[in-house]
Amino acid sequence: MSTAAEQTGTSDPAAMAERHGLSKSSLRPPLGSYTRELWSRRQFIVSYARARTYALYAGARLGSLWQILTPILNAAVYYLAFGVLLGTKNGIDNYVAFLLSGIFVFTYTQRSMTEGSRSLALNLSLIRTLHFPRATLPLAYVLNELTQMLVSMGLLLVIVGLTDGISPRWLLVIPALFLQTMFNVGVTLIFARVGTFVSDVSQLLPFVTRTWLYASGIFFSLPAKLTQADAPGWVIHVLSLNPISAYIDIVRRALLDEHVKNQLPHAWAISIAWSFIALVAGFVYFWRAEDRYGRG
Amino acid sequence: MAVADTGAEPTVIADDVNIIYKVIAGQGGKGTAATAFRRILKRQDRPSIREVHAVKGVSFTAYKGDAIGVIGRNGSGKSTLLRAVAGLLPPASGAIYTGGRPSLLGVNAAMMNDLTGDRNVVLGCLAMGMSPAEIEQRYDEIVEFSGIGEFIDLPMSTYSSGMAARLKFAIASAKAHDILLVDEALATGDAEFRIRSEKKIHELREQAGTVFLVSHSLDVVLDTCNRAIWLDKGVLRLDGPVEEVVEAYNQSATGATTKV
Repeated sequence: MSTAAEQTGTSDPAAMAERHGLSKSSLRPPLGSYTRELWSRRQFIVSYARARTYALYAGARLGSLWQILTPILNAAVYYLAFGVLLGTKNGIDNYVAFLLSGIFVFTYTQRSMTEGSRSLALNLSLIRTLHFPRATLPLAYVLNELTQMLVSMGLLLVIVGLTDGISPRWLLVIPALFLQTMFNVGVTLIFARVGTFVSDVSQLLPFVTRTWLYASGIFFSLPAKLTQADAPGWVIHVLSLNPISAYIDIVRRALLDEHVKNQLPHAWAISIAWSFIALVAGFVYFWRAEDRYGRG
Repeated sequence: MAVADTGAEPTVIADDVNIIYKVIAGQGGKGTAATAFRRILKRQDRPSIREVHAVKGVSFTAYKGDAIGVIGRNGSGKSTLLRAVAGLLPPASGAIYTGGRPSLLGVNAAMMNDLTGDRNVVLGCLAMGMSPAEIEQRYDEIVEFSGIGEFIDLPMSTYSSGMAARLKFAIASAKAHDILLVDEALATGDAEFRIRSEKKIHELREQAGTVFLVSHSLDVVLDTCNRAIWLDKGVLRLDGPVEEVVEAYNQSATGATTKV
């Protein structure tokens, strides 16, 4: 460790720090070692997510039965409103499966975003106590929602199995969910950073997601709606760029027998593109503020 | 400013550190929706945001095996300085260099209050980067050190502040830290725990670590530290052997307000 500076006896602090291998305390780690550090904390992410689920249902009499009840009740309410009362069913054979796949996929992204936007603000004391890569917290929140999504998907598969019968095409749900999870991690990281420094975001997000809900073709078939409204041909191409629509569509392609007539153009390609863009952009964006989250 | 190079290995170097942070100070106006709206119309900034210059031009060097007591009156910037050393509050100017990752242990820092103490132990250890096998091995030791006993199965929200502080100290000290920052964590514990934690701090020093201790109890500082830093309104007043600094601080304190 001996360098030229050592001979001078006294030196300026920066040089002395460097000579003894000290680094700035508020320096964020380089992206590569940050990623490695994050990977080494995967156990923490899992345990934290599990602990959160436990704390969430600890007070409820039915406990984690709510993980199954919540999607069922949600589905029932939407079915009543859009299927029965407003009669949006028109022309879709298995409307229940059509509606549920849309709602479950949408809810997965929506909840990851809204919950994740508060993941750091709510854990500020933990952040100020211990050193760990901050991205573990939003990741744990996404993991929570993924668990919920898997339960919901299981429910949906039972329903589709009872109505349409089992099909090997179902296996495509796995890559679909994988792509959506990548996207969710990305957007959750973005909103986690934004939500930490601008807490107004948590108030605003519900309105944004609700608008998104109605624009994503969850209750009705987008192509059918557009033909009905005599919209020009390019509109469908613009609307199908919506990531949520794309993720919903690839799940529907996997599950629904007669989805071909309702499907969106290039849904798989658009899904894959969004997944990689969101994940990389979200991760880098989150990492760039890593040293500042403790300030709140 | 030049730093004397004495051959001892430094672990923390603070170089002319200034820390300024923004606080939302009280309520400007009535805090109603109408006043908020008027404020936006007039394009005023949020009225209650104020800048606090908490630490002003502080420089020091800490070496391996040092236990440094940070003393000073309330609001003199002690906790802020520790946060900056921990890397949680970047300085506005100047720099703090550290070897390894300092761990900050504060009394205000809660972990997950809904969860039991036992789950907090596991989570805390995982967050610090310990492996599950390592945690299993250290678990009993941590719980025993904390002295929480059967309460370990109860949620942390039911703990007294002293118990919570003990558990947090036990968790944080389970890992060998190069630099441990202790912020008033020992003040809330009972006498028995204080003795145990002082022993732990001695141990950490012997493992060639560096300990910073913020405390209002000068006895604790005298017992555990070999060196002290006296902060007064954000300015470093004195840095030296613990007896000297505490003596000087006592003299100035009795001159102004009496402090025990």
